[in-house]
Order: sequence, then C-alpha cells, then structure tokens
Amino acid sequence: MKDMMATEPLVELKRLSKQFDLDRGFLETVRFRGGKFSLEQRSVHAVNGVTLTVNRGEALCVVGESGCGKSTVARLVAGLLAPTTGEIHYDGARIDTLSRGAMLPLRKKMQMIFQNPYASLNPRMTIQQALEEPVRHHNRGLSRQDVQDKVAEVMRAVGVDASWSKRYPHEFSGGQRQRIAIARALTVDPEFIIADEPISALDVSIQAQVLNLMLDAREQRGLTYLFITHDLSVVQHFGTRVVVLYLGSICEVADTGTLFAAPKHPYTKALLSAVPQLKDDKPNHIRLKGEIPTPINLPPGCPFQSRCAYANDRCSVDQPMPMHQPDGAIVACHAVEEGRLGE
Amino acid sequence: MSLLSVRELSVKFAMRDETVTALDQISFDLGKGERLGIVGESGAGKSITGFALMNLISQPGYIDSGSVTFEGKDIANLPEAGMRHVRGNRMAMIFQDPMVTLNPVLTIGQQMVETLFAHRKLSRAEAKQIAIVKLREVFIPSPEERLNQYPHELSGGMRQRIIIAIALLLDPQLIIADEPTTALDVTIQADIMELLLELCQSNKVGLILITHDLGVVSQMTQRTLVMYAGRIIEAGPTREIINDPQHPYTQGLINALPQQTPPGQRLKQIPGNMPSLTDMPPGCPFSPRCEYATDQCRTTLPDMVRYGDVEVACHEVARLQSGPTQEKSA
Repeated sequence: MKDMMATEPLVELKRLSKQFDLDRGFLETVRFRGGKFSLEQRSVHAVNGVTLTVNRGEALCVVGESGCGKSTVARLVAGLLAPTTGEIHYDGARIDTLSRGAMLPLRKKMQMIFQNPYASLNPRMTIQQALEEPVRHHNRGLSRQDVQDKVAEVMRAVGVDASWSKRYPHEFSGGQRQRIAIARALTVDPEFIIADEPISALDVSIQAQVLNLMLDAREQRGLTYLFITHDLSVVQHFGTRVVVLYLGSICEVADTGTLFAAPKHPYTKALLSAVPQLKDDKPNHIRLKGEIPTPINLPPGCPFQSRCAYANDRCSVDQPMPMHQPDGAIVACHAVEEGRLGE
Repeated sequence: MSLLSVRELSVKFAMRDETVTALDQISFDLGKGERLGIVGESGAGKSITGFALMNLISQPGYIDSGSVTFEGKDIANLPEAGMRHVRGNRMAMIFQDPMVTLNPVLTIGQQMVETLFAHRKLSRAEAKQIAIVKLREVFIPSPEERLNQYPHELSGGMRQRIIIAIALLLDPQLIIADEPTTALDVTIQADIMELLLELCQSNKVGLILITHDLGVVSQMTQRTLVMYAGRIIEAGPTREIINDPQHPYTQGLINALPQQTPPGQRLKQIPGNMPSLTDMPPGCPFSPRCEYATDQCRTTLPDMVRYGDVEVACHEVARLQSGPTQEKSA
C-alpha cells in the first residue's frame, strides 16, 4: 500500500526560517555593559532554513525533542505564523504571502489537529454546533439539511455516536474528544492534515484507537499528513517518511524503513537508542553529552556539535548541508560526509 | 522478611452523595532492594497507590481498610508525627513534574539542607557536605555552585536529577517514583532511568516505579503489577508479564503498542474506555471491553489466583488453567 502514487509534491517548504524576538521595542534592546550602552536584539531561532517537501498521499512525520521547532513548522505550514524568511508552496502556488481572504479556500483544504483535545474544543458549544461550524464557514451556500447530512456522515465515519451531538465537550473523555476534533477537521473534506502531537495526551489503548482512525481516514479519503510527534514508535508505525529536527535544523530525512534500519546522523542514532523497548531488560542507549542548548542566538556551525561525540573543528564553524546518501536518505552531518563515523 | 508488605489496602473518596472506591483491596510485597513496576492507564489507581504507601492521601480521600507494613511497622494507621519520621527518611517519593516538586523561592542548597535538618542533628557545614556528595552521585556538574541556584535556573533533566539526589539524601530503603520522566524528552529520560537504576542497585534501595510505559518497566524492574480500575489484575516477574501476558487487559495493552503491529496496518485496539469510578460495572471491571467475557464475568468479581510465578484475576484464565492440568493453589 506504500507509495501508491508517484511522488507529486503537495507542500514545499523552501529555506524556511522563523525567529521570535525576545526584546520587543527599542527600550528592551538597550543594554548597559562595561560602561557603555549598546543595542542588542536577542531572538529565539525556532526554525532555521528548513527545506522540505510533503508529497501527495504520504504521511510525513516530523520528530525531535522539545524546543526543536517541530510545532513551529506545523504552525508555519498551517499559516498560523508568518515565516521570517523562506517560502511555503501549496500545490505549486506560494501561500505564505497570501492575505487572509485569499487564504480562505486553502484553509478548507488543510486542517489542523492539535495536541490537547481539552483546549481545542469550545466548551460552550455542543458537539453538533462544533462540527457544523466549519462546514457552514467554508460552504456558505449549503442548506441546513445539507450541513446536517455532512456532519452526520463524518460522525459515522469516525465513530462519533449520534447521541453525542447534544452534549458538551466536558462530558467526554480525552480519547472521545480527540475523535471529535478529528471529525471536525474532516467535515470540510480536506486533502492535507497537519497533526501536532495528536495522541500524546492519550493513554496507550486510546492512542491505538485514534491512530487507527487516522490510518483509516488516510486510506478512505486519500489524505496527506504532516504528523508532528516526539514518539518514535508511533512514527515507525504511521509515517511513510521521517524528518528528524534538532534545534530548528534538519538532521536527517529518510523513508521510515530506511531510517529505523540504518540511522546515519549521530543524533538520530542516539534518539532511536533512547526509546525503551519491550525486549530490553536494562537501559542501553547512546549517551549524549550535556543537554539541548538554548535556541537563543545560536552559535555558528552544526547545531548538534555541543553534544556530538564525533564533533571536530569543522563542525564548530561550518554548518553541514543536507547531502543525499546512496540509500535515498538525506543527512546533514560532516562526520557522515567524511566517513568519520566508521561502522 | 520483606521490606514492604501491603495487605488488602483500600482507599475511598467521599463525594457529596456517595463514596467511590479508588483502590480496591490491593495486596503485594516488596523485598529489600527489589524493583517493582506498577503499570496501567490514567485512572487505574497507580498514583493513588503511591500516595497511599506514603500516607499522603488527603481529604476527601482516606485509607478505608488494610495495612501497609514497612520495615515491620504498620504505617497506614500511623499518626502524622510518627509518619514524618518515615517519610523522606526511610522512604522517599519522586514526582512527575520537577518544577512543581521543588520550591521556586528557595535555592537548591536550602531545600537539601532543610531536608537533612528535619531528620538529623547536623551542623550546617556537614549538611552542605552531604548535599554536595549526593549531587555528585547524580552527576550534577559543579555541585558547589548549584547549591546557590534556584530551580528555574536549571533545565528539566537537571531538576529531576536534583530531586533524585534529595530523595537519596537520607539513604532511604524505598523510593517511590511516580512517572519520574514523563515530562522529559526521550534522550534525557534514558539518562535519568539509567541513573536511577544504578543508584538503586549500588545502594540496595527498593524501587516502586509507577509508569504507563511498558518499555520503561521492562528495562527497570524485576516484578510488575498491572492495575485496572483500582485493582491489581496481574502480578508477576516483569519478563514473564511482557513475554506471556495472561490477563486479556495486559494482552490488549501490550498488543496496542505500535511496535507490535507491522507498519501501516491497523493497530490492535482495546474497544471502549476504562469505567469511571462512580459507574463501575458489576463483576469484572474489564468485562465490558473484554472479548472473552461470559455471564460469570459480568456478575462475579474474579479473585487473584496464582499460576506458577504469576497471579491473575480473570475467570477466563482460571477456566483455561483448570482444564487439563488441574493446577490450583491459593
């Protein structure tokens, strides 16, 4: 069932960067140091030059640890944040410069599912109201009956019971709410779903229910997913391709099978080894030095150098470029490029 | 003699019109230096078990019946003054969120010294020295400087290391860790777990690890309890529970993990949700979600029965086991 369609790009990110300024306004940038006043702007470099293609029909997973910029990427693609530099193309057309009005027809095509189903549903709307609202908003001409039919059809498809429609979000469990949030995203017949940690807040048995629902929706509706998560076992199951992010830069992009069978970047290796497996009877992971550095005013060179066992002088000055590997993976690492990792 | 012996411990919560049973007659033992995992989903009663062992259940909850014998003393019915000698001193608890556990307005040093003063007669210099030794044990770089820092100046992984150091300050016999790494990233989680395991092994400290992550339990513990709706439903050696789970819920929990299904295929999900404590089904609490449920399951509560090394509370397992071999024992 993999790659039923030839690779046709749906979403393209071109050298996308996002900075958040910490010092807003002139006065906050004034510093007094060593007897002198100076101007200094500090900013959080959340995403740095990410170039990425989401092909039609695939489930592209973005993984990484907290602060690596994965949620920022999702929000940039969804148009909830404006990129500092770089371009976002959807179906061949540039979308990051569009006005709100021009963006509206696109919003119908791409929908977002958020992590916390307690926060993403309006507590004062019944389930019926919450599900009808996006249909009405995007299809002004539809009659009341058509809207209700559409909602009923989606509710059936995702297993939202018809008896739930008069009830409010607080009456449901986390798994049921996430199911409703998915139904809400599907009511406008999107072709592209951006899911930001959709199952992280749920229990194991409920995670399986929601993940199955998303797999079914992908198959029946031919959806394309951009799936943001920190859970690598979910990635292995759900994703067709994986992007590993570290401090806002891409470390490695590969097909899921390739990535899990032969991880190449030192960070990817460490990340995969850190996932506790059922067959392990003791912790056995690759230890990294230190902790993730702050993304405020990043140093030059490879973002991973401070924790990498293979870092050398070149890594501290030169940022590695993404390079194609023989098995199709793309890796940004000087040590891999120079063959210093051994193996 | 075991370090900790829990017998038919029940915890109830008094609500406005009714009383709900959050923990229903759980019994287990823990040997000296033994590592025990408690797994289950949210609402299963894992954390309540941890709190009950520390005698930290607060209003409107209360320990209804049963006993917790720790180092030969029943601590479930100990008055608060007596409990203060045990808590933090002989047994310590590590919580999920390190930012909530540490006091934000006290330095790391003040918090560590305070803990030592509460239980030992020491000079300030001695207390500081012990604190530095413990911080070094958890691989905190330059511990002397850390003592003067506040929690917000440290990263999440560093804070959790400091909490482990505080838990170990008075050389306790038992550490209860309630989801100690859930708030941390995987690479940091792996470091913390390895550290915790090494410290428990080298100091012969008993560990009760409460988690929802079966992979963590597999790496860290020798024995495991599986909880569902306030009851222990399966108990035994960790390897056996993971490799050959008996209870349909344990099987479902393990099979639901994405690793257990080939990529891209539908996961084996458990239908439905855990029942709410106010709306418990009669009979086995898992029966509404269980594919093997019979009339017996829907009416009578199964008892824990021992089969070899594992104990299981399930009618279906009992039926299978009592078939050809007739092996039964209490």
